[in-house]
Amino acid sequence: MKLMRRLVVGLLMLLVATQVPAQLTIQITGGAEGALPIALIPFRVENGAADPPEEIITIIRDDLYRTGLLQPLSRKDLIAQPATLEEVRFQNWRALGVDNLVVGALASDPDGGYHGYQVSFELLDVYTASRLVGKRYRVQPTALRTLGHTISDTIFQSLFGRPGGFNTQIAYVEIERNAGQTVHKLVVADADGYNPQIILTSNAPIMSPAWSPDRQRIGYVSFENGRSEVYVQEVASGKRRTVASFDGINSAPAWSPQGNRLALTLSKDGNPEIYVLDLASANLRQITHNSSIDTEPVWTPNGQQIIFTSDRGGSPQIYRLPSAGGEAERLTFEGNYNARPALSPDGRLLALVHREDGKFKIAVLDLQTRLTRVLTDGPLDESPSFAPNGATLLYSSVRGGKSELATVSIYGRAHKRLGAFSNAVQEPTWSPL
Amino acid sequence: MCRLKFQMAAPFLVLSLILSGCATTDNELATGGPSMNERDGASATDGSGIATRGARGAQPFQGTELQDPASPLAKRVVYFDFDSNVVKAEYMPILKAHGEYLATHPENQVAIEGHTDERGSREYNLALGERRAKAVQRILELNGAAKEQISTVSYGEEKPLDPGHTEAALTKNRRALIVYRQ
Repeated sequence: MKLMRRLVVGLLMLLVATQVPAQLTIQITGGAEGALPIALIPFRVENGAADPPEEIITIIRDDLYRTGLLQPLSRKDLIAQPATLEEVRFQNWRALGVDNLVVGALASDPDGGYHGYQVSFELLDVYTASRLVGKRYRVQPTALRTLGHTISDTIFQSLFGRPGGFNTQIAYVEIERNAGQTVHKLVVADADGYNPQIILTSNAPIMSPAWSPDRQRIGYVSFENGRSEVYVQEVASGKRRTVASFDGINSAPAWSPQGNRLALTLSKDGNPEIYVLDLASANLRQITHNSSIDTEPVWTPNGQQIIFTSDRGGSPQIYRLPSAGGEAERLTFEGNYNARPALSPDGRLLALVHREDGKFKIAVLDLQTRLTRVLTDGPLDESPSFAPNGATLLYSSVRGGKSELATVSIYGRAHKRLGAFSNAVQEPTWSPL
Repeated sequence: MCRLKFQMAAPFLVLSLILSGCATTDNELATGGPSMNERDGASATDGSGIATRGARGAQPFQGTELQDPASPLAKRVVYFDFDSNVVKAEYMPILKAHGEYLATHPENQVAIEGHTDERGSREYNLALGERRAKAVQRILELNGAAKEQISTVSYGEEKPLDPGHTEAALTKNRRALIVYRQ
């Protein structure tokens, strides 16, 4: 029994009797509201438990802050350090204007071996002085980060009625420039940049990683044969195959929502056009026919349309057309450079790279209102990618001559650097749920 | 003597010898006297302090044309403006020379690499790099090169000459490169 528990990597298992009252769902209607103030109390380390290698509450705070939907109180503003609902004096927190409180504790786990923990937490509603959700977990220290993200998921789901996706992963390209040699790596890491794992190393450039909808595969572009070719690699096994190596450009892979087709940019007939490749049959269908550049396809969530970048109007702009081919409709009109579209999971928002005052910034276009909001300052912000919760955008940026990954909420708040990289990092892309 | 030496060496040695070897000879001639090193030139002395010697005539370039640093063929990079694939007039003589050279050397082949700077989106830049390579290809073809002699490849912004983020770095990186196949 003990062995089995260990095999399941120490997470969860214990889900002790939780009272879950009716879920409080907050409707997000636009960018005007402020973030909800929340107090995240450092989890109490009970007598006899070793100090954890990192504070769970810090992991949770970073997760929730990045969404821009929650504003954690700074640590110095925490007027008390309760660990359970019973210890909370709600009127004091009401006076601070805090809507919600997260409290918790770590105890040593008598069954979990020397280093095991039992972790409990509660999400409290300050105004009703009640528990929205409470859970207890048994966990090994190595799984504390995962547990922190799991608790963030629970809090986000409870407050907003949709998944937080904090336990997802990102993929990005890292470039190590040594004297005389440049090494390109394709990296998969936790959504907050921790636990990087290299899944491809090459002396030649790697571009445009794209997660399959089931997160099992990553499509990407590699120049290992002296030109751009598209590969699909299984994340778990590292097995891969070439899916496009025609003459000219083979690039910009984008998975259809079902995961059975890839939209691609190919210039095999002389000009970059968008094609749809059926992965099982290798059947290829050209969907744009235009003498300009057509590239960077993305699928709408229902798979009916493809959004892409084209300079058919004289400058790069975003267009949309049926995924079976047909008339293209222009979507962007603000500014003379809009490229690299990324769709929110619900298909309502389009993130893009937008040039303004000579700087490249991340902007969001609301496809219903047609309003564009610029979220970052540039000057070289690139490759926006939505978090599966739809609230956060991940992108690459150059600051102080160094490239880095960063996140910003779709409301333009909550800018945050992701991880600390010694090498150049680019083209981050967030996995689906 | 220099001429003689060169003629013997020519089958084995290359340009550098011609340029450096005989240039030093000229220097030594200006300062030389009876003790002048024999290898520096044909000389005649008669014991009266008078020395005469021959000098080499102008030398035709002996390497291949492509190796001649004075030839326009030695220039193989075309630089572009941002988001542009227009080949500027200043590069036309270079591309004309390459086109004509390829026309007269059908055994030679070139690959044209298109590159961009880091600004803007990577996939768009990959397409832009291809446009730049093809713009150069067209001019070579207009100057006599055959389609079969030229291939193009775009690296977009993925292979910067200078990985820096300064304006000078960006200018260097917006380029098309003519690479002769060996």
